[in-house]
Amino acid sequence: MSMNYTPAEMMTIAAARALANNDVCFVGIGAPSAACNLARLTHAPDIVLIYESGTIETKPNILPLSIGDGELCETALVTVSVPEMFRYWLQGGRVTTGFLGGAQIDKFANLNTTVVGPYEKPEVRLPGGGGAPEIATSCGQIFITMSHKKRAFVEKIDFVTSLGHGKGGDDRAKHGVTTAGPTKVLTDLCVMEPDAKSKELTVVSLHPGVTREKVIESTGWRIKFADKVAVTPAPTAQELKVLRELQARTKAAHGEAA
Amino acid sequence: MAAILSLAQAVEDNLKDGDIVAMEGFTHLIPFAAGHEVIRQGRKRLNLIRMTPDLIYDQMIGMGCAEKVVFFWGGNPGVGSLPRFRDAHENGWPNKITIEEHSHAAMANAFDAGAAGLPFAVFRGYRGAELKRVNPNIKDITCPFTGEKLAAVPALKLDVAIVHAQKADIRGNVLFEGIVGVQKQAVLAAKRSIVTVEEIVDTLEPHLPNAVILPGWTVSAVVHVPGGAHPSYAHGYYKRDNAFYKKWDAISRDRDSFRVWIGEHVLRKDPDAFAVHAKKAA
Repeated sequence: MSMNYTPAEMMTIAAARALANNDVCFVGIGAPSAACNLARLTHAPDIVLIYESGTIETKPNILPLSIGDGELCETALVTVSVPEMFRYWLQGGRVTTGFLGGAQIDKFANLNTTVVGPYEKPEVRLPGGGGAPEIATSCGQIFITMSHKKRAFVEKIDFVTSLGHGKGGDDRAKHGVTTAGPTKVLTDLCVMEPDAKSKELTVVSLHPGVTREKVIESTGWRIKFADKVAVTPAPTAQELKVLRELQARTKAAHGEAA
Repeated sequence: MAAILSLAQAVEDNLKDGDIVAMEGFTHLIPFAAGHEVIRQGRKRLNLIRMTPDLIYDQMIGMGCAEKVVFFWGGNPGVGSLPRFRDAHENGWPNKITIEEHSHAAMANAFDAGAAGLPFAVFRGYRGAELKRVNPNIKDITCPFTGEKLAAVPALKLDVAIVHAQKADIRGNVLFEGIVGVQKQAVLAAKRSIVTVEEIVDTLEPHLPNAVILPGWTVSAVVHVPGGAHPSYAHGYYKRDNAFYKKWDAISRDRDSFRVWIGEHVLRKDPDAFAVHAKKAA
């Protein structure tokens, strides 16, 4: 079949669509940042984006390379200190949706961004959890966006950097957590949501042209499908235009040495 | 009352081998010129605290300044890893280091508790997170009023804080603007502090009553080092040198090319070398 967009673009656009105009969103770098800003530049112009550097209601014209880029501060309503950000804004329960990614995810949407292999003797040492442990539990709900690969979607993650639904069922609540946790996982192949009871991730929508077999072979556990699996609407011309312009501006800006 | 000193003198007077030191700045205002001076003076066995070690600690670790690193995210933002940090942690080159790993919220709270003179920080965190298993400095504590189980980490108590800011006045009062991170908390959590600045002015004008200002009597030394945050950035002055952050990956991946770079750009240079990066936005 012919496609005039890439799987990565489909992922970003699907993630952007999941956000609402009245969301207050805690944004991670990379795919989440692209999705959140695409939402702001399309259907959700009033969405509040917060980055953990302390920038509140930021409207970057280009995507930041780091969560502390000057662009975020220059376009923010206000910039607060990092202790204030974590204490008043995140822990204070003012964020509706947190957006995370990771190196590994399991069927209950627990995430690993710390280490592949044992913590004490890593095979691959990753940069670390960043803000994820508290973002995962303090935001009203969590969206996760990651490229769908067998080595990332694994039966057992090597390290639980941030809590998803724990061991499934009501395990999340047993950790004293009252927020909803991961409600959507958006990949370049499909959209997954946790089963209402077991909390196991279940495919609810396949992106256009993606087969069940492709999702099964790209997932490290026996992935479940909802009774009715939808087809994700293909990106619109407008969504692609806005996303590509954002990425072109970003590329031009980051290519320049200061 | 802050003394206005040369960078060499400020480091000489305030930073000793084995000190617990935080050189803060959140992507923004990272005190690179001071880091280079610490390398030139050959400080050893430092207990290095930084929320994100960034290139500044990659350079210091690679030159053998560190014994321990306390951090929450050890990468090169948007680029990849910190090769010297990993080589020291995984292979003990040039010396073995230990790490203490936290979350962002934990370190932010720990700096805040340090500035407040408290023994520990309490926050709603680390729930279901595995760092609790590998870091003995993360404990549970029960709220005496509600019974809620919360997380506790020790306050950061520093020997020295080193930060960079836009401006100081001639009395050593320091003004920070833009992303302010935990610089104020770090200085107030430290016994001694060094602040490098883009400019020293007669008075901090215009008068902004709610600006982030550290009074000169809370700072040990102020040093005029224009461009001293390069390759990070100084809001209102110069932009982040993203191209250098990308280039660092290749320089730092190899021990020899790293040493050659340090020789050329640190050991055989002085703080005036940063002036070429200094500029003030119109």
